[in-house]
Amino acid sequence: MSNNADAQVAKNNKTEKVFSWPNLVAKEFIAAILCTVILLAYSYYVDAPLRELANPGEPENPAKAPWYFLGLQEILVYFDPWIAGVVVPSIILMGLMAIPYIDTNPKGNGGYCFWDRRFAITVFLFGFIFWYALIVVGTYMRGPFWSFFWPWETWSFDFPTPPPSISLPNWLGIPALLAYFGFGMLVPAVLFWKFAKQLGFIRYNITMSLLLLMIGVLVKIALRLMFNIKYILQTPWFNI
Amino acid sequence: MNLILYLIRKLTETEVWKSVFRHGYTDTPRNRALQTISNVWLHLHPVKVPKHAVKIRYTWCLGGLTFFIFLYLTVTGVLLMFYYVPDVNRAYADMIDLMYVVPLGRLLRTSHRWAGHAMVITVCFHMLRVFLTGSYKAPRQFNWVLGVLLLVLTFLLSFTGYLLPWDQLGYWAIMVGTNMGAATPVMGYQGPFAEMLGVKINNDIRFALLGGTQIDAPSLLRAYVWHCIGIPIISGALMILHFWRVRKDGGISGPL
Ligand code: HEM
Repeated sequence: MSNNADAQVAKNNKTEKVFSWPNLVAKEFIAAILCTVILLAYSYYVDAPLRELANPGEPENPAKAPWYFLGLQEILVYFDPWIAGVVVPSIILMGLMAIPYIDTNPKGNGGYCFWDRRFAITVFLFGFIFWYALIVVGTYMRGPFWSFFWPWETWSFDFPTPPPSISLPNWLGIPALLAYFGFGMLVPAVLFWKFAKQLGFIRYNITMSLLLLMIGVLVKIALRLMFNIKYILQTPWFNI
Repeated sequence: MNLILYLIRKLTETEVWKSVFRHGYTDTPRNRALQTISNVWLHLHPVKVPKHAVKIRYTWCLGGLTFFIFLYLTVTGVLLMFYYVPDVNRAYADMIDLMYVVPLGRLLRTSHRWAGHAMVITVCFHMLRVFLTGSYKAPRQFNWVLGVLLLVLTFLLSFTGYLLPWDQLGYWAIMVGTNMGAATPVMGYQGPFAEMLGVKINNDIRFALLGGTQIDAPSLLRAYVWHCIGIPIISGALMILHFWRVRKDGGISGPL
């Protein structure tokens, strides 16, 4: 990538420059002061939470992870813990790290623009909003035993028993999974042939797998909410 | 008035003064440059930056704010360490002391806590800004990867701090989190394939995190050491790399 670095240096020599002192430093200073003031003012009016002494014999109900992990805790409803707590976050992180290497579109570097990178931005924003939407549900709409309440409802212990959930038999589940991923990989390759060719075989496959996995989480949530589907695939070792 | 000016001039001409402040403060381009390069803190910056980069609406100050909040947390965190002992018999009482007895203790503890949340928020939005400006593109790919590691470390910093007050909120939140660890395939005793390899409750990854089969004194100590020493050092080191790379990758990104 040294060519790019050289291009960058050449470009930098052309762009209009201002002194860091005071143009940049002054703004940083103001930002730091504002940040401190807001933080202290907020802390003055809103106390940090402190509940009773930890008691291993008396579980909190609901017991909630810190808010930034509530998206993951929320998908525990729809997936087994090893998927929700381990596989999903690992794939998210690996996917995030892969972004610069699979998005080779050189346009839109160094400025806000949507149209030249509409695919990348749409996918990323979708993921970002999905993550926070789950957090909002987990934070404000989950009461005792992680049962659902609208924000305006008061939490209570007598909620209706959830209807029994069903699992797809494997003769249906395996073809369904294969079809989802198979068509998911093939159809866009045909419809957006130019785009796929630009990415190249490996990048296309990585990009689409990540995208299909992300949409897959949403699909599974929908299947559960609409048809009470518990598992799509069952094996002696794990279920999905 | 003349006397004051005279005194100031005399003062700034002394050997002591000159040994501390290397250059004058007359507003010349040379002094503006020196102001940046002869100051160990400010020389994190280049002497000059592209004009578009100082626009607030480009970076929204988010990376800088994340770093600033990290520093704020370091300072308040060290102060908290004067009062807090990571012992299950004392930790909660120390929290109560901080809230009711220690002068300014409530503000100290509260602002440390909210700052921790604030850092999680700013780091997420910094990532969003970097994405939306396409700043991860060549030649900055690797700095994005470093950034993702910093994102994880920020979550972990906050998460390890959660247990320290030793109250119901932290205890059960850590329970939820570490139970997910128990479900890790192969490495957690409840995860797929664990049984085949002899991974049990007393030798799996959750055991390593908690220092036992349940959340107890060793877990509190582990959370404390990771929170106050381990993770801050690792993230500090990565931040140094991150800032270094911002400079080495050709300075802040900008329109080509
Ligand atoms: C503790 C966490 C972090 C700190 C303290 C931090 C700090 C900074 C600072 C001060 C800058 C200079 C420009 C700016 O203020 O926006 C920067 C740039 C950058 N950061 Fe971060 N950052 C952190 C996390 C991240 C994360 C999570 C990512 C992405 C996943 C990331 C990716 C980048 C990239 C690619 C640049 C170069 C941007 C450009 O040249 O426009 N950083 N970071």
